[in-house]
Amino acid sequence: MDRNNNLLYTLIAVLVLAVVLAWAQTGLFGLVSPWNPYTVRIMNLCAINIGLGLALNLVNGFTGQFSLGHAGFMAVGAYTVALLVMSPAAKQMNFFMVPLVAPLDKIQVPFLVGIIMAGLLAALFGLLVGAPVLRLKGDYLAIATLGFAEIIRVVIVNVKGLTNGALGLKSIPGHTNLWWTAAYAALTVLLMVRLVNSSYGRALKAIREDEIAAEAMGINVFYHKMLAFVLAAFLAGVGGGLQASLIGSIDPAMYKLPLTFQILLMVVLGGMGSITGTVIAATIVTALMEILRFVESPLTLGAIHLPGIPGMRMVVFSLLLIVVTLFYNRGLMGDKEFSWDLLHSRRQTKQGVTQ
Amino acid sequence: MTLTEFLQHLANGISLGSLYALIAIGYTMVYGIIRLVNFAHGDLLMVATYMAFYGMLLFSLPWPLVFILAVILTTVMGVTIERVAYRPLRDAPRITVLISAIGVSFLLQNLGLVVFGGRSKAFYVPPFFATINHIGETAVPNLVWFIPLVTVALLMILMHLLYRTRIGMAMRAVARDLDTARLMAIDVDQVISFTFVVGSSLAAVGGLMWGLKFPQINPLMGAMPGLKCFIAAVIGGIGNISGAVAGGFVLGVGEILLVAFFPDLAGYRDAFAFVLLILTLLIRPTGLLGERVAEKV
Amino acid sequence: MALLDLKEVTMRFGGLTAVNSFNLNLEKGELVGLIGPNGAGKTTVFNIITGVYRPTAGKVYLADEDITGFRPDVITKRGIARTFQNIRLFGSLTVLDNVLVAQHLRLGASPLEAVLGLGRYWGQEAKMHERALELLAAVELEAVANEQATSLPYGQQRRLEIARALATEPKVLLLDEPAAGMNPAETVDLMDFIQRIRREFGLTILLIEHQMRVVMGICERIIVLDYGQTIAEGPPAVIQRDSKVITAYLGVSADA
Repeated sequence: MDRNNNLLYTLIAVLVLAVVLAWAQTGLFGLVSPWNPYTVRIMNLCAINIGLGLALNLVNGFTGQFSLGHAGFMAVGAYTVALLVMSPAAKQMNFFMVPLVAPLDKIQVPFLVGIIMAGLLAALFGLLVGAPVLRLKGDYLAIATLGFAEIIRVVIVNVKGLTNGALGLKSIPGHTNLWWTAAYAALTVLLMVRLVNSSYGRALKAIREDEIAAEAMGINVFYHKMLAFVLAAFLAGVGGGLQASLIGSIDPAMYKLPLTFQILLMVVLGGMGSITGTVIAATIVTALMEILRFVESPLTLGAIHLPGIPGMRMVVFSLLLIVVTLFYNRGLMGDKEFSWDLLHSRRQTKQGVTQ
Repeated sequence: MTLTEFLQHLANGISLGSLYALIAIGYTMVYGIIRLVNFAHGDLLMVATYMAFYGMLLFSLPWPLVFILAVILTTVMGVTIERVAYRPLRDAPRITVLISAIGVSFLLQNLGLVVFGGRSKAFYVPPFFATINHIGETAVPNLVWFIPLVTVALLMILMHLLYRTRIGMAMRAVARDLDTARLMAIDVDQVISFTFVVGSSLAAVGGLMWGLKFPQINPLMGAMPGLKCFIAAVIGGIGNISGAVAGGFVLGVGEILLVAFFPDLAGYRDAFAFVLLILTLLIRPTGLLGERVAEKV
Repeated sequence: MALLDLKEVTMRFGGLTAVNSFNLNLEKGELVGLIGPNGAGKTTVFNIITGVYRPTAGKVYLADEDITGFRPDVITKRGIARTFQNIRLFGSLTVLDNVLVAQHLRLGASPLEAVLGLGRYWGQEAKMHERALELLAAVELEAVANEQATSLPYGQQRRLEIARALATEPKVLLLDEPAAGMNPAETVDLMDFIQRIRREFGLTILLIEHQMRVVMGICERIIVLDYGQTIAEGPPAVIQRDSKVITAYLGVSADA
């Protein structure tokens, strides 16, 4: 199909999305936002998870390096944002057991600066973690990244003067709104599309397919793995920071393996190596995760009182993961991507035109 | 630190180490045969303790009988997991099977939350295990020497099984080369099932002893010991049973002595295992007793 | 001056000596065959030259530069490319992408330029595409450029692997059993093909091959390995009559 046409379609789609987001966030032309804060919150979470999912997919799907360390980088981002963006007064309220180290107790920076710092610091951690572990392969890499994430978490619990330990941080300013999250998701999608389809993207996929052959073709395998890993850590840090500001409170227990598991679920469900797949799966899983929340909370219908069943949602999602792995292991999209041409060719086939 | 204190810590370390060793054997056997980090292995600990818990609570059966039943049921569960979630993926990429295993682990944990509830429960400790003996000035509860004793006994049975029986020979053959073993008319699926029988029953015994040692049980109790015992297996050299035992002791004794000598670092206890893991992988990826295998180009 | 020079290269794996004091002199433009029974150490020699293994002893020189122990990707950048005995294509990528990947090493643009699509990158990407299509035309695979690599029939996969190696712009090309699994007609085509790319790309070629017809047909010089040691070296006519070779290797199928 015509390239210009496709560009036009894309522009229109982006415009429509922007209008919808504006409407949802602030209301439009005097129309009040039709969505209640709960729906807007779900939309925010979806957008954040799209970014987080794509970051994990870059490493696990496109580069073929199975990492389980996502939660660690998210934690770094979350704590960075919280500590940089909170007001000195709020910090004092939080750190009532052990005071926060100077000069952090006096510093307060704009949200954007905090978010960028979150990404950069997480990327630095990515660099430090990646340097030793990216020499490992397969399940060893998985366990080592998991180990590092766990070490990061244990350190957060213990360095009370910096992180407030197991108590966590509360009343983090809620700067995160649809503009921030949508921009994060959109920029991540854009970055991924450009990267994956560039020469660097082909090199990453070559490493996934056959590391020895990639090396023999002159690709510096370690450098490229590192590139993907550090970039993913950066994106995870930003996502973690946005999430912290959306939720308002964080504690180290949030950043255990189950968090990485949730993101992994989105990547596997969508298809390892498909941007479209992750976007769709992240949206579905996040929405379901929130909608099914009622299953876990007590419910009173007139005279009938149903106790909540904690854990039920994750039972559903673990089963889903197992079923997908067993029977449909390419996920929703395999490694295919959405394109307007796909829609065109569908239409053409319907009209009886052979492709 | 006095000598008595040191001996006390050492005894605790050996006791914990032998518990790690017992659980690590299951990891190493499964990895040795199908190259899978069986994430669900740790959660079998939890399954075993809850079965024992409810066996005693609901049916008021005597504890030795309950323990035996719990081991049997947990073993059935371990074998079923392999049948349902791993066997269909025998020819799939290894990472796919790993994802399936992670899924099973989360399923067990959350199913545990749904069925048993999230609150910790007090595990019944028969008086025999709590009885304290004094060796010199060192106070040692029966459990502390009982755990290593059980580990050694089971280890001897296992070694006999592996090196003196037909099925043991088949297991070693499959571990060395699955495809060739199949060509030699070994029923590979049966051997793998049997490996899960052995591994799961050891995990169940380990779980019960874990419950006796730390008598607060909850559905997530298996996750951390699971990871640590896998680490023990890696430290010792994955696929190698003596290695798993050695790794278990290194980790158990190391953890206890770390906390004993550096009380300030007590909070980092859970990170110790991971630091050890990463050091092992970087310095000696084949572990203490593992063999070096070169990739064929 | 030799283009590729191996001096007293030895490779031991534990107690096994796979290659023992091996010497090789490859002059520019030569086409040399490396033969020997299975397990003689031929592929190990390739792995040493391309940096997959670091030799236990000895040196490898490319145009007088000591490249011993360099990483494989660095050696490829210096101008040595290879194919694999058991084809190692990037399976799920397209034929075109396989060839494009092999040009990545000459890309000057940084990841940032690539993602932002800055001027320099687009020029280079366009040139890579052009070059890839040329190479595919040279190996007669342009018609299947957008097919998945693993969907090609065996013979075409072999040719794609060669095209991919050529895309790295090598001075020296190492071919590991290119005729394996080919029928006689395909083998004849392959012989023409190897001689053609050697002329067109000004290559120096080292060839491992079991099909004597190929080796004797196109190589100017043959080195015979047995148990990791050179047992004979010379032009095909001499090798065919060498008694040591006949006992070690050709004895069973001298007429192959």
